[in-house]
Amino acid sequence: MIEQLARLGRTGLGILERLGRGHLLLWAILAGSPSLLRRPNLLIAQMFSVGVLSVLIITVSGLFVGMVLSLQGHYTLSQFGAEESLGVVVAASLVRELGPVVTALLFAGRAGSALTAEIGLMKATEQLSGLEMMAVDPVKRILTPRFFAGFLSMPLLAALFSSVGVLGGYLVGVGLLGVDDGAFWSQMQAKVDLHEDIYNGVIKSVVFGVVCTWIALFQGYDAVPTSAGVSRATTRTVVHSALAVLSLDFVLTALMFGD
Amino acid sequence: MARSKVIEVAVGAFMAAGTVALFFLAMQVSNLSSLNADDGYDVLARFDNIGSLKVRAPVTMAGVRVGRVKAIMFDKETYEAVVTLQIEAGYDTIPDDTFAKIFTAGLLGEQYVGLDPGGNDRFLEQGSQISLTQSALVLEDIIGQFLFNKAEEFDAE
Repeated sequence: MIEQLARLGRTGLGILERLGRGHLLLWAILAGSPSLLRRPNLLIAQMFSVGVLSVLIITVSGLFVGMVLSLQGHYTLSQFGAEESLGVVVAASLVRELGPVVTALLFAGRAGSALTAEIGLMKATEQLSGLEMMAVDPVKRILTPRFFAGFLSMPLLAALFSSVGVLGGYLVGVGLLGVDDGAFWSQMQAKVDLHEDIYNGVIKSVVFGVVCTWIALFQGYDAVPTSAGVSRATTRTVVHSALAVLSLDFVLTALMFGD
Repeated sequence: MARSKVIEVAVGAFMAAGTVALFFLAMQVSNLSSLNADDGYDVLARFDNIGSLKVRAPVTMAGVRVGRVKAIMFDKETYEAVVTLQIEAGYDTIPDDTFAKIFTAGLLGEQYVGLDPGGNDRFLEQGSQISLTQSALVLEDIIGQFLFNKAEEFDAE
């Protein structure tokens, strides 16, 4: 009985400890941001591997998500004789929800896991200790550029996802299902609000970008420095990012759109 | 060196594409293109019942959108709804005896304000009031009226 209580307590303390280490790491990463201004090349190299290499999967997924939304939305709307609202359905659901959320999930799978594996392996092969030995702060040199690359890439990727999705919805809706071209765009423009929908979508994607990159970096930096430890850390990155994105999405949606 | 140049170009193209996507969302998808916040003049209209009219609902004339509903307030003296209509500045020749009605777009659609022009020589301007109004049709009232009439017919027989 006492032993079980103690085990529960150890688990709780362990969670709190990890949470604390995570926040200390975030603080150290942010404190390293001034040094990034002196070395913008580090940021550009990371933007390439985090952002540019994710563009393909994001645009292709966006296209298909938009096309499916259009097909499904058309089926439901045609039962009410409101096919002309297809543009609103596609654009609003992409800009408000699917764009930021699906992009963040793909981003965690595509870029987050790579970040964790890279940093975990750096730790396992003692490259991070090597940097420290040479009086180079590994947080400033390795983690800060990756953090800001994720922070800057996510909103851009989400915007790409939503735009390509709207175009995909347009192709299927107007090209395949015969919704009126003018009604598709005019209804969309009348109902989608710049502040309410698009700005809030951008805020969501920024928050998800910070959270996903932070989780990925922390899992890598905190990984047990063995091959099994790195593999477990990579799995945890994807699982924790997905859970964090979906639960934060509920909180943010309630704050933004619930009156 | 050539490798790093390629990376720089790719990152530049990525950032440009992302920014273009944001602009596309703002200009083409959202209402920014039809949003001109302070351009126009405000007119007041009093209704007994506005149904489910919402702020930002369209104000139309002959089916063409000439403005938007800017604000909806409740007058606690007269128990009426006071609706502020923002008419676009270009439409400055609307007679001041214009008739304002609340319509529903389609059977279940949103409600909007329709204006029927009157014949006066004086035009609506900033702050003027539309005195001829017709309330929204509330479906429950109509059904209630219909049942009441039916019941009376039945009694008469």
